[in-house]
Amino acid sequence: MSSTPAIFVRDLSVVYPGHVALENVTFEVPQGVLAGLVGPNGAGKSTLLKAVLGLVPRVSGEVYVFGKPYETIRHRVAYVPQREEVDWDFPVTVRDVVLMGRYGRLGLFRRPGKDDFRAAEAALKRVGMEKFRHRQIGELSGGQRQRIFIARALAQEADLYFLDEPFAGVDAASERAILEVLRELRREGKTIFVVHHDLQTVREYFDWIVVLNRRVIAAGPLSLAFTSKTLDDAYGGRLLFLDRLFSGEFPSELREQKTTLALAEVAANSPLQKEFSAEAVRTFPEAR
Amino acid sequence: MRVIPVLAQLLSLFSDPNVRWVVGGTFFLGFSAGIVGSFALLRRQALLGDAMSHAALPGVALAFLFLLRKESMAILVGASITAGLAAYLSVRLPRWTRVKPETALAIVLTTFFGFGTVLLTVVAKTQSAGQSGLDSFLFGQAASLVWRDVQVMGAVAFLIVLAIFAFFPAWKLWAFDPLYARTLHYPVRAMDIFFTLLLTFTVAVGLEAVGVVLMSALLITPPLTARLLTDRLETMVILAGGIGGFSGVVGTLLSTTYPRFPTGPLVVLTASFWFVLAWFFAPKRGLVSRVFRKRYAASVQHDNTGSFVP
Repeated sequence: MSSTPAIFVRDLSVVYPGHVALENVTFEVPQGVLAGLVGPNGAGKSTLLKAVLGLVPRVSGEVYVFGKPYETIRHRVAYVPQREEVDWDFPVTVRDVVLMGRYGRLGLFRRPGKDDFRAAEAALKRVGMEKFRHRQIGELSGGQRQRIFIARALAQEADLYFLDEPFAGVDAASERAILEVLRELRREGKTIFVVHHDLQTVREYFDWIVVLNRRVIAAGPLSLAFTSKTLDDAYGGRLLFLDRLFSGEFPSELREQKTTLALAEVAANSPLQKEFSAEAVRTFPEAR
Repeated sequence: MRVIPVLAQLLSLFSDPNVRWVVGGTFFLGFSAGIVGSFALLRRQALLGDAMSHAALPGVALAFLFLLRKESMAILVGASITAGLAAYLSVRLPRWTRVKPETALAIVLTTFFGFGTVLLTVVAKTQSAGQSGLDSFLFGQAASLVWRDVQVMGAVAFLIVLAIFAFFPAWKLWAFDPLYARTLHYPVRAMDIFFTLLLTFTVAVGLEAVGVVLMSALLITPPLTARLLTDRLETMVILAGGIGGFSGVVGTLLSTTYPRFPTGPLVVLTASFWFVLAWFFAPKRGLVSRVFRKRYAASVQHDNTGSFVP
């Protein structure tokens, strides 16, 4: 593994009319990891992805990809937007969409050739969608749509992949298939950066995490950055299921007394969660 | 057997150069509008064309006040400037203020249209030759088309075909997923501007033939019809151009059968007729085929459950 980080973001800030969406965001992601980006709703996760890719204007900050400014190295980066970003009633076939992954190489003037069709076909096979190649995209389920979006990124043959909520609203089979593809990419030494919403699966899916709430709360390997402390800082009192996350399989040396203490505090400080507070104290008597 | 004399009569119309011009003009217009309208529709900008055609009106009047005669190139330029300005404002207004996009469109449309109407009254008061045809920009007066107008319309149609089909994959990506296109380093902003320009030209040349009010129908109806008939963008764009052009020809010929029937509305009605036809009878998305499919599905279901009964 090379020592140059795959992503290095420094002091990135984004301002929307009326509010600061991201404030001095600084973090890095090493090469060859499957990294997750988590944070509460409105934390600026998608905005961060878009700002890194230059899709929303940033008021400050630099983005380096494999040690070079992103703008000079776009061809090594693939982006999988949220499914809601496009109109699925659009008159294109599955293969048309996957072929779009090749357009960056083709530029404005050339049309897809044999190599491009071959790459598109291979990408479709990887996500298990080759039988659907001639379907209109509106005929697909949510999970299938996500898979062809991922196939499009695969057809780019990039080294770094940005995915915006690929697991949101997909069926279990598609979630498995997508995860398998991402793990395969990691085995090939690629870097994957995923906006994720489901904290319960973080420990199973990722080996690097960035916790965001307009600022970076923590970034690093799971054992350091994905703790009850960092999640509490990011989510405040909104997180009810910390106990399930931090019980059982969690490494015992990190299961400090503080975990449950913090949990009880969060619950007690929230006027809406009095019942939960009582519950927490009952479940974790040592918190008193 | 009375069809043949009618056809012969229609064909004999072509010997009249005036009819040829009008037919040529409405053909080019329908064709251009079908192609550009397809992309406008898919980018959910169908109403932008409507706002732009209304906003072209002050430009038309200004062009006339400037030259004091009717000159189609000047009208094209004038109409393009105000329509382009309107397009810019409709996109920008929601970003500057808290106005919603469709509200911004409505404000821009009515303001420009009001301004245009006022200017037309001024034009009507100037006692110059050639002003007679100007108020027809509201509802169109295809009969007043001259050879020069048809040349401009043909040039616009040619420009559109060249620009769209030379870069077809790029336009497809731009229309489907502009955000992704930007990550691939496609000049999405430049394409936005260029497309708006094509839309502006189409609207500007269409004003005289079908008028401000009906122009947006030509941008929307043929593409919608084509969309019902196919699931492929290539086919849709070509079909929409064909349907638009064909509607132009048929509408114009219909309007000549009874004198004083207005051409613009008949062109639009012809386009609407194809739409209704497709709405009912389109092979996959039509009402009729959907009903049949449902029946078929129901019957299959019934047989299956029956077979499980011992």
